[in-house]
Amino acid sequence: MSNTSHRHYPAKPGDVYLFATCLVDQFAPEAGLDTVRLLEREGIRVHFPEAQTCCGQPAYSSGYPDEARAVARQQLDLFPRPWPVVVPSGSCAAMIRHHYPSLFADEPTLAERARELGERVFELSEFLVHVVGFQHNDAVEPCTVALHTSCHARREMGSHTTSTALLRGLPNVKLVEQAHAEECCGFGGTFAIRHPDISEAMADDKVQSLRATGAGLVVSADCGCLFNIVGHAAKQDERAGNAKPTLPGEHLATFLWRRTGGERS
Amino acid sequence: MSQTVHFHSAKEFADRTRAAVGNPAHRRSFRGAMDFLQAKRAAQFPDPQAFENLRTLGEAIRRYSLAHLPDLLERLEARLTANGFHVHWAETAEDANAIALDIARRIEARHVIKGKSMVSEEVGFNHAMEAAGIEALESDMGEYIVQLAGETPSHIIMPAIHKTKQEIATLFAERIPGVDYTEDVDELIRIGRQVLRRKFLAADIGLSGVNFAVAETGTLCLVENEGNGRMCTTVPRIHIAITGIEKVVEKLEHVPPLYSLLTRSATGQAVTTYLNLISGPRRSGELDGPEEVHLILVDNGRSRAYADEQMRATLQCIRCGACMNHCPVYARIGGHAYGTTYPGPIGAIVSPHLLGLESTYPLAFASTLCGACGEVCPVRIPIPELLVRLRNEAQALPTANAPVRGRGAARRMLPSAVWRGWAFVYGHLKTYRLVSWLLSRGRALSPANQGAWTASRTPLVPAPKRLRDLLKEHSR
Repeated sequence: MSNTSHRHYPAKPGDVYLFATCLVDQFAPEAGLDTVRLLEREGIRVHFPEAQTCCGQPAYSSGYPDEARAVARQQLDLFPRPWPVVVPSGSCAAMIRHHYPSLFADEPTLAERARELGERVFELSEFLVHVVGFQHNDAVEPCTVALHTSCHARREMGSHTTSTALLRGLPNVKLVEQAHAEECCGFGGTFAIRHPDISEAMADDKVQSLRATGAGLVVSADCGCLFNIVGHAAKQDERAGNAKPTLPGEHLATFLWRRTGGERS
Repeated sequence: MSQTVHFHSAKEFADRTRAAVGNPAHRRSFRGAMDFLQAKRAAQFPDPQAFENLRTLGEAIRRYSLAHLPDLLERLEARLTANGFHVHWAETAEDANAIALDIARRIEARHVIKGKSMVSEEVGFNHAMEAAGIEALESDMGEYIVQLAGETPSHIIMPAIHKTKQEIATLFAERIPGVDYTEDVDELIRIGRQVLRRKFLAADIGLSGVNFAVAETGTLCLVENEGNGRMCTTVPRIHIAITGIEKVVEKLEHVPPLYSLLTRSATGQAVTTYLNLISGPRRSGELDGPEEVHLILVDNGRSRAYADEQMRATLQCIRCGACMNHCPVYARIGGHAYGTTYPGPIGAIVSPHLLGLESTYPLAFASTLCGACGEVCPVRIPIPELLVRLRNEAQALPTANAPVRGRGAARRMLPSAVWRGWAFVYGHLKTYRLVSWLLSRGRALSPANQGAWTASRTPLVPAPKRLRDLLKEHSR
């Protein structure tokens, strides 16, 4: 797939934009807020253009390019200053960075704008590692976590390395790796709805390999995968009559903020 | 002749995938096979940069060959003819079979022995021969097993990958006269070879596929491990090679990089046991080799893919099968569920050109777009992008002379309306603000039953406050 290496990273900026994604806005706002907190702690002003909605990926990957374009078009003009755009999702970052230019291929002006925007779109963990130089004291109590990286984060943004680096940088966090770590969890956007049987089989295997690590928590920088994996594990708990979730999950931003002394609101 | 497509609707595809997924033994055995093949391939490409360099070369060769395809095919025909081959052009599967049948009837052939050829599967060669009263016997061990069982290959490189040792033992004991049940793999292979050895000698025609056809020298390259390919192409009086028009390359020096990418990607081998370079019929003074060699060049929808700049990339394929070995969907459902000659990610992007989208569009949707296929493809076919393109085509307005046959085959009123509604909500800020606010405020009313999502997951419930609400409080 597309360029995951040789990316040019800017010096730490004074201002960034946040593109939070539709899933974070509606279903996991804490992850968005913790992203803001992580960045503000570094002395960075975070600007959230309120007109943002969704990157358009759901329609794009479902084969509705006109609908995807209509929504993506609304996001193109929201980031006029040359500041980096930080996205707490590898999948949505990859949509803007790698797929917007072809989505707007028939409209050269927009395609150019999309390319320019894509150049300064960063997945959160890559931004924290390569631009911010994230370094903070870890909480004292030890914990064991497993990391799940979304396929687009891994293959289009290369951010599995930066997510891993952030977790490895926390001395009291033991990062364990599940078998078949690089394999898809079965979410795939509307795939989960269109092919529930295959999706379930994949999620089943993913949850099983995560449980086998003994990790008390699964961390991911992508909400779609997280909802799929944790929702699947929770359904198993429900069926087994477990009162407490046996495989809880947390967005990477929330986990980092919690571990490095962030206050809960 | 009918082609080996078994499904005609999304429902039939879904039924087959459900059956496959619900078979734990099947899933375990596919997982094991996929893990084995992935590890073998990975061991062949220890240095990622070296792999990228080699695939850059492989991609360049394939793209160059396609960019000059009409010219290269003409040169190939001229050179092959000069070397003593008979070259035939088949626009359709029926044409290909008719050409082979003409040759067979002329010499009153009774028996054809076959080396492994996916194009022969694609055109339904065995059925065509059978209908004409001619036996066509597979001699690749995997193909032989599949044929003996009355099935079709479930993988383009390892046709019997879905079969366990025990199933093969039972099959041999039941179908081969005088054979006792044995699970000893070496013994099973020996039994198969014994049967086939007699057939090689009795066959009037040997049929083979082609991995690379070299225009400059008029050479057909055939890659194999079992030696059956060499037998098929040298023992019978007549050798018929069949291949797709995209398999041509310009120069002999283009073969080694592609060969290396092929064997390492397919079976994790640095080299195969055999690489046959076939340059014509037996010449006077030679002790073996066929009297006649024919090449059937099959189009069967490839020109249509060729005509579209983006879809042309499907023709870069060298049929290594790495995409299926790394596909998490293929690993769960196996090759037969796809219902097409070519399964897995590559099957999803080539089948629509061969068969039309009407009967193949569900394949394009049977992917999470995880990108594992594109990542391992040795000639860098952007498979996920092509899957998206086919989804677009399947749901676009049907038009005459569409770049893909059967455009609009998956177009449905309800989903189209749903996505228009989705675009309206997310494309209009005021609407989005209102709808997302309502979802948050009404979160207590979120349904417990969310259809396919909650079949195996807990429901998705909106947060009490959206991020945009939290950020307003945060900045105060």
